[in-house]
Amino acid sequence: MAVAGRAWGWLRRNALPIYAVLAVAYMLIPIVIIAVFSLGATPKGKLTFGLNGGFTTEYWTSAFSLPELNDALFTSLRLAAFSTLISTAIGTAMAIALVRHSFHGRRLANLLIVIPMATPEVVIGASLLSMFIYYSFALGFSTLLIAHVMFSISFVVIVVRSRLIGFDRNLEEAAADLGATPVTTFRTVTLPLLTPGIVAAALLAFALSIDDFVISNFNSGTTVTFPLYVYGVSLRGIPVQVNALATMLFIVAALAAALVLWQQRRAERMTAVRPEPVTTT
Amino acid sequence: MSLRQRLVPYGLLGPGLLWLVLFFVVPMYFMGELALRSGTLTTGYSFDWAWSNFPDSLSGHTEQIGRSFFYAGTATVLCLLISYPLAYAIAFRAGRYRTLLLFAVIAPFFTTYLIRTIAWKTILSDSSPVVSVLQTLSLVPPGGRVLATSGAVIAGLTYNFLPFMILPLYANLERLDLRLIEAAKDLYSSSRQAFLRVTLPLTMPGIVAGILLTFIPAFGDYINAQLLGGTQQAMVGNVIQSLYLNQRDYPEAAALSFLMMALILVIVLAYIRVAGTGAFMESEEETS
Repeated sequence: MAVAGRAWGWLRRNALPIYAVLAVAYMLIPIVIIAVFSLGATPKGKLTFGLNGGFTTEYWTSAFSLPELNDALFTSLRLAAFSTLISTAIGTAMAIALVRHSFHGRRLANLLIVIPMATPEVVIGASLLSMFIYYSFALGFSTLLIAHVMFSISFVVIVVRSRLIGFDRNLEEAAADLGATPVTTFRTVTLPLLTPGIVAAALLAFALSIDDFVISNFNSGTTVTFPLYVYGVSLRGIPVQVNALATMLFIVAALAAALVLWQQRRAERMTAVRPEPVTTT
Repeated sequence: MSLRQRLVPYGLLGPGLLWLVLFFVVPMYFMGELALRSGTLTTGYSFDWAWSNFPDSLSGHTEQIGRSFFYAGTATVLCLLISYPLAYAIAFRAGRYRTLLLFAVIAPFFTTYLIRTIAWKTILSDSSPVVSVLQTLSLVPPGGRVLATSGAVIAGLTYNFLPFMILPLYANLERLDLRLIEAAKDLYSSSRQAFLRVTLPLTMPGIVAGILLTFIPAFGDYINAQLLGGTQQAMVGNVIQSLYLNQRDYPEAAALSFLMMALILVIVLAYIRVAGTGAFMESEEETS
């Protein structure tokens, strides 16, 4: 009885952490399922439930053996690379303007950045398609790039901006006091300290682009990206290689995110090293 | 300040604002223009102020519109109920595991949205052990299905938009001044009273932000309804998608999409009026 009572007491005290672990486990279920199913042999190489056929690494070794899937993946990587490059450059400049400068129309600029993030993807995709139809613009890689840069910009601005707000401007003033020109200060002080924020923003933009299905579905024409390929084959049976690739993408993304986190901590520690302010008592 | 200095911010903002105007604002105009056309796919659609497209697009799809409100609303409530205790635990009880738990919360984003949803489709498929367990527990009638039901779509929406609820709640809870709760307890309030009268009101901004960030994308979503639902579970997003891409009935699709945008714009602008754009930017509005 006493044991049961104590166990009950422990359970009550730790209900919240136990719940947290269960909730997080629930969030990870599909990821685990994707990884496990990428290792299960299935009769026709199409995705089914369970590991009836036993364990196999077949789909990992043959992950890059489907030409259509390879093409789609390559298109997605190329698209994400271009989209990241453009949206990160444009978005970082905007974030600097918003935090560092005062100007007329700030409210309007903020609205223009915030509203696309709050707009359902289906509306963004549909409106862009409406414009492309009006101008009989050929759908393909270029329209995808336009769309991907568009929906990435706002996220880049938010991430870089939050980094800029926590920025210690005394460091720049110190550089200026030591005779650095504004350009030198920007290059040797501002930019290195801002890098973790810019890298985080770039990774987010890359992930958003690789992941996008809805907006791409409206504006792709005959171009096939990775999500569009997956959607296409989902109707007739998904090759198990898709799960192997998805698991690889997950590992790469998780490592990249961990790296950014670590880099950000390091940058925070670096800026924390400074002489104590002189206090008079 | 010299003229050149005053022009610097506009130079920095220029390319980005231009991109957003050309490819976000202007397309809305063309969607409105398309919504006012009439005709058929074979004869082509011509502009003739066909205002009737708007009421027609609504009355033709009342079922799907109602479903969108119901599914997205239910999913949002479920997300809130699941997320609040989780965000609270991460903020106050996680200790050194806090970063790890936060990492796990955003981990679903590292796999493709579509593939995650397909994984759920596999988990809930008829041959899945999960379904037999639910049948044994009489939660699902014997021989009954989980896939192609409203429940499956709501479960999918809830799962997919959970991080959008957890993160704003966590950001809000983390900033909570714990001394206020201590003060409430010093003044003889019970834990329940302290929660209801101190913690809950102070985390209202996070709750509202989370509701918006969950409800809006869930309302427009069509992936969950398409993959986890059947023909009886179609939402507005499915209608817009199929009218645009399959039937090519552009005017009706554009009208419906335009109305959805208008609804969301009203919600977002009302929210910004109360909370400011800073609420979306995760920090207070500052001027330098």
